[in-house]
Amino acid sequence: MPQPPTAGGEAELIRRVCGGEREAFCELVHPYERMVYVTAISVLKNSADAEDVAQEAMLKAFTKLASFRGESRFSTWLIQITYNEAKMKLRRGRPHLFESIDDPKEGQDGDYWPRDFADWRPIPSDTLERDEDRRALENAIDSLQPAYREVLVLRDVQGFSIEETSTVLGVSKPNVKTRLLRARLMLRDTLAPGLDGSWSRRQNYRKVRPW
Amino acid sequence: MAEIEISCVEVWREISNYLDEEVSAELRARMEAHLKVCSHCSAVLDGMRNVVGLVADGRLIQMPEGFNKRLYKKIEELG
Repeated sequence: MPQPPTAGGEAELIRRVCGGEREAFCELVHPYERMVYVTAISVLKNSADAEDVAQEAMLKAFTKLASFRGESRFSTWLIQITYNEAKMKLRRGRPHLFESIDDPKEGQDGDYWPRDFADWRPIPSDTLERDEDRRALENAIDSLQPAYREVLVLRDVQGFSIEETSTVLGVSKPNVKTRLLRARLMLRDTLAPGLDGSWSRRQNYRKVRPW
Repeated sequence: MAEIEISCVEVWREISNYLDEEVSAELRARMEAHLKVCSHCSAVLDGMRNVVGLVADGRLIQMPEGFNKRLYKKIEELG
């Protein structure tokens, strides 16, 4: 994965882009391409829409770069643009559905308690080499409600801190933590039968997960 | 001094924060004392740790091929 430049290196690239060096923009955003795409797909779920939004967000960042004041990290600013673009695309595409898929209000998430208590072994590191396992995990993430999916993707897929996740989504840090807890517990229960779902169809209860 | 006991529900409520090291030292000690003797809560923690590790795997979401070439072309085309 390309490493982001240091803050000083990034500031220099931004200065060069604002001074008219268009190619410096590509260098500036290259380390963040995956981050932008993953953010878009966390909202839209569909890879074609996610690519459109990721490209639109990058172009918007290019044209608005002079307005970046360095109050947040450049990556956070870029992800906020992407997240807002993705939300707008979702609204444009499904306005009649938007209200029902909007975020739960602060403090209204309710409790969610685990349902599965069988032991888990460590998951082998080659699990995601298999297409069917990767798809099963993608489906499990897609099955989460948007508010939980977005927090999980930003925090656990991208590795953002609680604070960065809170800034991008515009929700409080305690709320990010509550949603993250719920998202992780739900995903764990969904995946408990094994990525291919075969475990749950077995007749005999097995104490240990077949990972 | 022995830790004050903690219930399973209290452990579940903080388990994600525990994994993120976002709990106080005092709460961590109480949770660890509970996890030592509670197989249900240990299973919840192990499963959550596995799931978090799985979704953090870079192979999960793959970039569309040619993404940056298309982007750079669009940047060049801007007036």
